[in-house]
Amino acid sequence: MRLPREVVIISGKGGTGKTTIAACFAALAESKVLADADVDAADLFILLKPRVRRQEEFRSGHKAWLDPGLCTQCGQCVELCRAGAISKDFRIDPVGCEGCAVCAHFCPAGAIEMRQCVCGQWFVSDTVYGPFVHARLGAGEENSGKLVTLVRHEARIIAEERKLDWIIVDGPPGIGCPVISSVTGASAVLIVTEPTVSGIHDMKRVAELAAHFRVPAAVCINKWDINAEAAEEIALFCQRQGIPLAGRIPYDREVARALVQRRILVEHDPTGRASGEIKLIWDRVRSMAVGSA
Amino acid sequence: MILAVASGKGGTGKTTIATNLARCLGSRAQLIDCDVEEPNAHLFLKPVIERVTEVSLPVPEVDLSRCTYCGKCAEFCRFSAIVVVGKEVLSFPEMCHGCGGCGLVCPEKAIGESPRVLGVLEEGVAHGVAFVHGRLRVGEAMSPPLIRAARRLARADRIVIIDAPPGTSCPVITAVRDTDYCVMVTEPTPFGINDLILAVEVVRSLGVPHGVVVNRSDLDSEELHELCRREGLPILLEVPEDRGIAEAYSRGEMVVDVYPGYRWEFLNLYQRIRIELARAKAQGSSRVGQARGL
Repeated sequence: MRLPREVVIISGKGGTGKTTIAACFAALAESKVLADADVDAADLFILLKPRVRRQEEFRSGHKAWLDPGLCTQCGQCVELCRAGAISKDFRIDPVGCEGCAVCAHFCPAGAIEMRQCVCGQWFVSDTVYGPFVHARLGAGEENSGKLVTLVRHEARIIAEERKLDWIIVDGPPGIGCPVISSVTGASAVLIVTEPTVSGIHDMKRVAELAAHFRVPAAVCINKWDINAEAAEEIALFCQRQGIPLAGRIPYDREVARALVQRRILVEHDPTGRASGEIKLIWDRVRSMAVGSA
Repeated sequence: MILAVASGKGGTGKTTIATNLARCLGSRAQLIDCDVEEPNAHLFLKPVIERVTEVSLPVPEVDLSRCTYCGKCAEFCRFSAIVVVGKEVLSFPEMCHGCGGCGLVCPEKAIGESPRVLGVLEEGVAHGVAFVHGRLRVGEAMSPPLIRAARRLARADRIVIIDAPPGTSCPVITAVRDTDYCVMVTEPTPFGINDLILAVEVVRSLGVPHGVVVNRSDLDSEELHELCRREGLPILLEVPEDRGIAEAYSRGEMVVDVYPGYRWEFLNLYQRIRIELARAKAQGSSRVGQARGL
């Protein structure tokens, strides 16, 4: 049996065009499931207009809960808590608590229990582009990495059950926990960067991350003509690092127009300059992912 | 005073607002870049770095000569960072939260600690602005302890400006909690608006007074203005899209250096924040009560 191949779109820096490109891939790829792994600030649904078929609570991690009736105010918990989440007047700060359970274990009065948290929801939806797995992390919650892992896992199950060829994942910005959870084990990642000092700085770090986890990566430069010199610097960096350059997308006003109308760029403006390049990028990323898996 | 500059969506202009505001306040300001995964403020402020400190988390180190493989540590650890398989103890330092629980429950006192490096703090000065940022080690998942370490360097004698990471989860909370005011930078696109709603929910749950800066304000921003009116979010500053600003940004130049007229806009932004802050104080923290109203 042929296994589905998974392409994850990341960027390091936020706002470089991940979701715009992921949505284009959603429209261009055949036989696919879509997933939004930016569970903090999930936006792909805005373009895919899903109809939710299944909704589940995301339960993960625990937080300490103190029963004031049993507490003898001995101070043991305050002393042991390295997260500094218990105040001198024995109130547990749910935001600071990391759920290690040291306080609950060592409380001589048994006044602290660990309670499981509901940290968000996840959804399986239908879209005209195919099935779509997405999620919403509760405001300020932890465990975004675990929710990302869950979203990817559900997408893979759907792809295998329905014998779909592709899993297209819109990833989060940064290089931390949710990004690591997004890229590990993927067939390929596409790094979307822009020709700015911060775009380059962040692209280098996220490229290093992909290399660290041995995930094949390609780079595409969005709005390359905003600063052609910086775009050249990116191309050179990629060449030296042996990272394929999947394409250069020109600045195109239609990108903002499509977004404001909540439409996918390659459908809004199929013959446009940016659309044309994104189609070529999808072809290159597709061959790369096929070759790697 | 501690000001945080945040946004749900990335790339809306947090760093531009934070660095230009810091530059305009000069030696009255300290900028702390808490986007430790992808810190960018230094690319614009170009500080001279004077001090570099490693930040680490204590992770378990097992003395196998004392270990009896009883498995109490593994049973205790909520993060599966230590596992006992037969006559072997496997530790996964990258999963460890550094709580110290395994060492405390070990009946043989066989578990000591060694540091796992999370990243570095770099301190310096840029045109009078005191500068701090954290840089997360590539491959490290856990940013909040590094963000906390960066915030511990906040100076009481300065107007502290925190450049926060994007998103709505624990790194943002760590950067924004216990600040006096939060400036939320957004743009009038469906993504910008959706992510602003999520970010406002977070900031409200923390009880931090907040206002909005609108970038690319020349796009049709009726829906965003309507949202701000409905939710009582003051608009502190609007910046239209400008090819000149975009190009200067791409080269790492600051807005106030390219367009000196913007200096006045940023000082005005600071005044607006002070007025909003005074207003929020006068109302007590009544806004906190409206949490999750969106």
